[in-house]
This record gives sequence, C-alpha cells and structure tokens, in this order.
Amino acid sequence: MITGFLWKGVVRDRGRSIMPFIVVTIGVFVVVFLDGFMGGMLSNMIDMTARFDAGHLKVVTKAFEENDMEKNNDLAILEADALFDQLRTHYPQVSWSPRIYFGGLLDIPDADGETLAQGPVAGTAYDLLTNQVESERLHLANSLVTGRLIGSGKEALVSVDFAERFEVSPGDTLTFFGSTMYGSMSFTNLTVVGIVRFGNAALDRGAIIVDISYARQFLDMENATTEIFGFLPDDLYKQEEAEAIKRDFNTRFPAWEEDEYAPYMLQLADQSGMGDMLAYMKSITFIMVVMLVFALSIVLWNTGILGGIRRYNEFGIRLAMGEPQGHIYRTMLLESLMIGAAGSVMGTILGLLLALYLRKYGLDYGSMMDNISMLIDPVIRAEITPRMFWVGFIPGVISILIGTALAGMAVYRRKTAELFRELS
Amino acid sequence: MAPQSIISLTDLVKTFPVGNGEFTALNRVNLTIDVGEFTGLVGPSGSGKTTLLNIIGSLDCPTQGEAHVLGKSVSTLTAREAAELRNNHIGFIFQSYNLLPVYTVFENVEFALLLQGIPTAKRRTMVMEALEWVGLTDKEKSKPSQLSGGESQRVAIARAMVKKPAIVLADEPSANLDAANSHHILQTMVKLNEQLKTTFIFATHDEKVMQYLRRIIHLQDGAIVRDETIGEG
Repeated sequence: MITGFLWKGVVRDRGRSIMPFIVVTIGVFVVVFLDGFMGGMLSNMIDMTARFDAGHLKVVTKAFEENDMEKNNDLAILEADALFDQLRTHYPQVSWSPRIYFGGLLDIPDADGETLAQGPVAGTAYDLLTNQVESERLHLANSLVTGRLIGSGKEALVSVDFAERFEVSPGDTLTFFGSTMYGSMSFTNLTVVGIVRFGNAALDRGAIIVDISYARQFLDMENATTEIFGFLPDDLYKQEEAEAIKRDFNTRFPAWEEDEYAPYMLQLADQSGMGDMLAYMKSITFIMVVMLVFALSIVLWNTGILGGIRRYNEFGIRLAMGEPQGHIYRTMLLESLMIGAAGSVMGTILGLLLALYLRKYGLDYGSMMDNISMLIDPVIRAEITPRMFWVGFIPGVISILIGTALAGMAVYRRKTAELFRELS
Repeated sequence: MAPQSIISLTDLVKTFPVGNGEFTALNRVNLTIDVGEFTGLVGPSGSGKTTLLNIIGSLDCPTQGEAHVLGKSVSTLTAREAAELRNNHIGFIFQSYNLLPVYTVFENVEFALLLQGIPTAKRRTMVMEALEWVGLTDKEKSKPSQLSGGESQRVAIARAMVKKPAIVLADEPSANLDAANSHHILQTMVKLNEQLKTTFIFATHDEKVMQYLRRIIHLQDGAIVRDETIGEG
C-alpha cells in the first residue's frame, strides 16, 4: 500500500527524484556504452589477431613455438597432409587452414628488365585457390584497392604501401629472392594481380600475399607448412572451447614432449599476449563498475543529504504521527530503489542506443593508427551483448541504495523531543 | 458516572543540561486530565508548555516522576512502543500546518491510515468522513499550495482526527490564522470534541483559543500556578 503512495511522491516531486535519476542515468549510460564499445574493441582485436596472426587455434612445431618471433621455416611442420587428416578427423567442427610465412627481397624491374628498385618484403602464403573460406576470412575482396584476386600459382597481391613506395601496378612482374626451408637460395617471378589495403599498418607495410601451393614450390616446402590455423564454428572465438581442444590435442599427440619438431597446439589466448589482454579487458570492466558504484554512491549520498534537508519537515511530521524511524528509513530506500531502477532502465536504453549506432556506423580512427603495429581494425564497432542489459543496471541500483542508506542514517539522529519546536 | 482519567502526571520533573548546569523545564508537576476534556496549557515562553506536550505525546521522557498516558508509563516505553502509541492514539496539530506538499488533501489525510495498514476501501470512507468534519470534501484533490491558511489547518485537523485518536495535542494551532479562520477551526475542534469525546490539549497564549477552553492550566517556570475550570466561577 505504501509503495503506491511513495511512487506518487517520487513522480510528483521532481526535486526529490530528478537529480538522482539523472545521476544514475548518466552513470549507467556510460557503463553500458563503454562495455559495448570495449567489447567491440576486444572482439575486433580478437578477430584481427585470429585472422592474421594466431587463429583461434594454431598448430606449430614445439621448436617453432619457442622461437615464434623468428618465424623460421626450417622449424616448419613436416608431413602436414597426415596431420591435417588427423585434425579433421578428431576436430571436424574446426576449420583448419595452413599458412606459410616467408621473407626476402623483391626486385622491381624497369621497362628494360633492369633493376629499378629493391625492397624487403614479408610474405604470407594462404590457401586461396582450393579453400574459398580463407579468402573470405581475410576479407581480400573488400581489401582490394585495384586489380583482382589471385587466380593461379605465380600471381601475387601486394600491399598498398609497398605498391606506392615502389610504384608497382597490377600486371607488373616482380622477382622474389629468399631462401628455401632448407637454407638454399630461392627465387621466383611473381605477377602482381592486385593491390590490397587492410587498413592496418602492421599488415599494409611491405606485405605480399601468394597462394600456398606455389609458395611450397619456391620455398621447397612440399607437404610442409609453417603453421596450421584453426577457426571455431562461425569464426567465433570461445576461449573455453579452444582451450579444451588444445588440451585434448596436446594430450592425444604427446610427441612434442620429446621431439621439438613434433606438432604442438596453441590457442589464441596463449599467443601475442592475448591472454593477458583478455584478462585485462575483463578487469577493466570490473574496475569500471566498481568505480561507478563508488563515484555514484558519493554523489547520491550528497544528493540524499540535500534531499533530507528539503524533506526535514516531512520526516518530522511522519515521526510525530508515529511512523517508526526504521520505517521511514526503509521507505527512503524503497523510493531510491524506484528512482534507481528508472534511471538504470533509461541509462541502459541510452547506452544500448549509442552502442547500436556505433555498431552500425563504427568509429573510424584510422588516421591515428598509421604508426601502430597492433592488429586492430581502424573502424571500431561496438558490440551488443546480453551482458549490457544488466552490467549497468545492477550497479546503478546498488549505488543509489548505498547513497541513500548513508544519507538516510540522519533519520536515526532525529530527536522526537525537538519536533514541536521544529515543526512550529 | 465518575470521569475517567486519560492522562496522569505525578511529581513530574524534566531538566535539560545547559552548559555545566541544568535547566528545569518542569518542576514537580501533578496533573490529571480526563477523557473528553478541552484543556489549554497557558503561560509565557519557557514556562514548560511544549515540554509538557512532548511528554504527554510520548515524544520525550520525564527526568523524574511518573507520566501515564492511556495507562502506559511514558518512561518505560521503547522508541517503537512510543511510536505505536502516537500512531494509534495521539493526533498532533502544529502551528505550521506541515502538510506534505506533493500529496493531495485526500492523500495527506490518508497517510496516517496507511501507517496503520487499513484497507483501501475503509481508508477512503474514513478520509472522506474526516474531510466532512472539517468541511473540505470538495477539496480532496487539491494540493496544499492551492489552499488558504485556514483550509490548510483544517486539513491538518482532519489528518490528526482521521484515526479517531483518544488525544489531540495542538501547539498554537491558530497562531498563523486570522480571527475568522481561528474561530472556524476552533469551532470545528469543539464539535469534534463533543461528537467523538476526543481529549484536546492546547499549548497556547492566544486569547481566541482561550475563549473555547473549558479548563485552563497556567504554567510558570515549569510549575502549575493555577488550574481553572471555566464556568465553575
């Protein structure tokens, strides 16, 4: 019965409700939006890192894993076809894909075939001709600035930075100089068929992409591969699932314990500091929520004190009428629960709306990324998750309850013996 | 039939600490008030009127002596028991009307019944009855800001009376009103006193109020100096 009575007071007395409502709304809005935005940023990092650097799962030799910064092809996996069969048999839900990294010099000839320029290049070979999924996963079609995608073995895509630096265009033939898996010299001619821009400095700086079947020929890596990437269903990374597959593989194929050239499985969180990054992002959200509760509680405590001064006579008359102090205190908490719930709903809606907007249109900060090597898309899009429906709501309600609980203690300090004097 | 005592004060003393000493607000007060009295505590400021109302209203405890209200010893009541006594049996009327500004006239009067947990339908009947006593049934949906001073005080009377308390304590109820409104609210209270046998106790030095009192207790320096029953000569 008293709830309806209190609700009328909350709705009608804007001086009582509007300030706490606005404070809670803003706080919850910030948390919900930042949760969606940071979640989107994290997903973006996971996605880019998975696609280009780590996979959700990755099989390498133990020796390669221990020297993974060097990307030495002499530590590559041999008998790769047999290993593929095993992986597809035991983990059919995972999309497996081989990759080879290579480095060397590209020689750019002039019209007469003489060397015009030379530049270092970092190459990656993907399974582009037999596995359409790999091309889609790399968003190659969308990244193409000019030209076309690779259609046969001796063709290559070069990054836009490299193309601009050495004035390379589609149709040009380049000569690659490098070394084979066994250390002997390797060279081959490649025809540039397209120029790509991934929008990420780490990928766009001096990169060349070829099909893996031809890379195996000129790098002397028949039935070998540097790494085998695994992607979970729908290309969605699930840390627990990836960890379970990794553990199973490393238990099922324990040869790596004694043979450094035996395959060994990693998951995304094990690589490139991603585990720390994931833990860090989770901590950030937790810290953000704790800070919100703390800051809002302080503000709402103050608001509650001001409200208590405004309603000094009201509480006095209620005490005189025989309402126990504990009951007045509980009604204050109930009122704050109503205001907190309303503010939290509003803040959640506003946070979701802005996150939805940023999911659709994204925030392009590519110009700030020119010199940053992180694997992250320059257009960050917020992510909408079920968590956003409560991540701000609960702290919003809790903070106003704490603020009111602290401010409301003043009711217990009120002396009934003073009421006649105070209310006259 | 002999009148029934509703308030009994015996050798009542109330002191307050002042600096290193103490101030005696009530000094060995002995007083009995019967059911249905229309009584005034009269005296200059500092004579102990409000302190006496505080103790009778279970808002404060005596330092010494006994105060029995409706058979209960005020000194031994816990805060919750004192609140219950006020909630169920004592109504208050203040010089300032102290209506809750965001609520309507109806809701202001209803609040006392909400605290008692009375069901909605019965509450409505009781509130409308109380508003009828004070002649404000047509104002039930008005807000306090839309009322005159006299109307506001009549709402305060309805709020005090709606639960049909045994005792109503009124502290200078007409101090903020003009003569016409003062007489109006006092006549209303006299009528309720007669109809409901509610005991009214006023703290006042307003001549207009004194015209209506049937017993005047004069206080000075915390002691009763004269206790006169009007009409007995």
